[in-house]
Amino acid sequence: MNMNSIKEQQALSKDDLVLYGEHFSSRLLLGTSRYPSPQVLEEAVLASQPAMITVSLRRQGSSAEQGKNTFWELLKKMSVPVLPNTAGCHSPQEVITTAQMAREVFETDWIKLELIGDDYTLQPDTLRLVDTARTLIQDGFKVLPYCTEDLILCQRLVDVGCQAVMPWAAPIGTGQGPLNPYALKLLRERLKVPLLVDAGLGLPSHACSVMEWGFDGVLLNTAVALADQPIAMAKAFAMATSAGRSAYLSGAMSAQASAQASTPLVGTPFWHQA
Amino acid sequence: MRVMINQVEYLLPEGAKLEHALEALQAQPPFAVAINLQFIPKSNYGQCALAENDQIEIISPVTGG
Repeated sequence: MNMNSIKEQQALSKDDLVLYGEHFSSRLLLGTSRYPSPQVLEEAVLASQPAMITVSLRRQGSSAEQGKNTFWELLKKMSVPVLPNTAGCHSPQEVITTAQMAREVFETDWIKLELIGDDYTLQPDTLRLVDTARTLIQDGFKVLPYCTEDLILCQRLVDVGCQAVMPWAAPIGTGQGPLNPYALKLLRERLKVPLLVDAGLGLPSHACSVMEWGFDGVLLNTAVALADQPIAMAKAFAMATSAGRSAYLSGAMSAQASAQASTPLVGTPFWHQA
Repeated sequence: MRVMINQVEYLLPEGAKLEHALEALQAQPPFAVAINLQFIPKSNYGQCALAENDQIEIISPVTGG
């Protein structure tokens, strides 16, 4: 390996994801739901080394015999930064209260802001998202808002203090991949803050594509958890995310309209002028 | 007095505090609490008086996407 390629490798290895001033060596954020077992979840996390794992809060059962919270024990064992979400919240007050409860339980200021506007598509309530984000930021949260790919919405989220924005690729859990590449690419072009694609990714190639377009990270869950082999798929997503990032930093060639021979034409045998 | 804890009705003595509700549910840590959609910090459990028809939510960590 020559000096240039060593420097290139070093530059890539220092290419941390920076969110709210905190550095993460991975650009993959992984959800913790829907795995076949806690053991598979743990091994998927080990295989993919995500920057953060998403978690949530739900009502505690009324049974005195519910025993230990095994998920909590697993979180402590894995020791990966957690990103609590406000999944299932349908009003700003529900979001704010859930975020405050999450901050106390998980001892973190990070919050994945989810404010659902439609139960069928799980589309965020874009009209109330911005004010909710503002309130959370004023309360000291590091807000990562789950939102649509609408440019103005994302800009307004940045205006109220979001230092990163997480547009969806497609509705949560669908695995359809980026449904609106034009808007996502435009978003990347127009906004300078870190952008993470959250929701709707189904294949490692989806993750790779958005990273090639210049997105800063991806957040996914179902695509890994529901794969036949979740651990191998987690690893595949980690590699695809990293490959896409490397491709983006490397500067892709421009697509050409017609063929251009890659083998030199000069000295082509048997060639003669007509 | 009648209160709802995680959508289940409980009868607690008059003048009950939040701690009584936690005992009634036999809440297992870690958890966090909200009453009538307002977060109650752990440090306030002791002095937090309950009222008739309070809606108490006691929530714990679960997996999430």
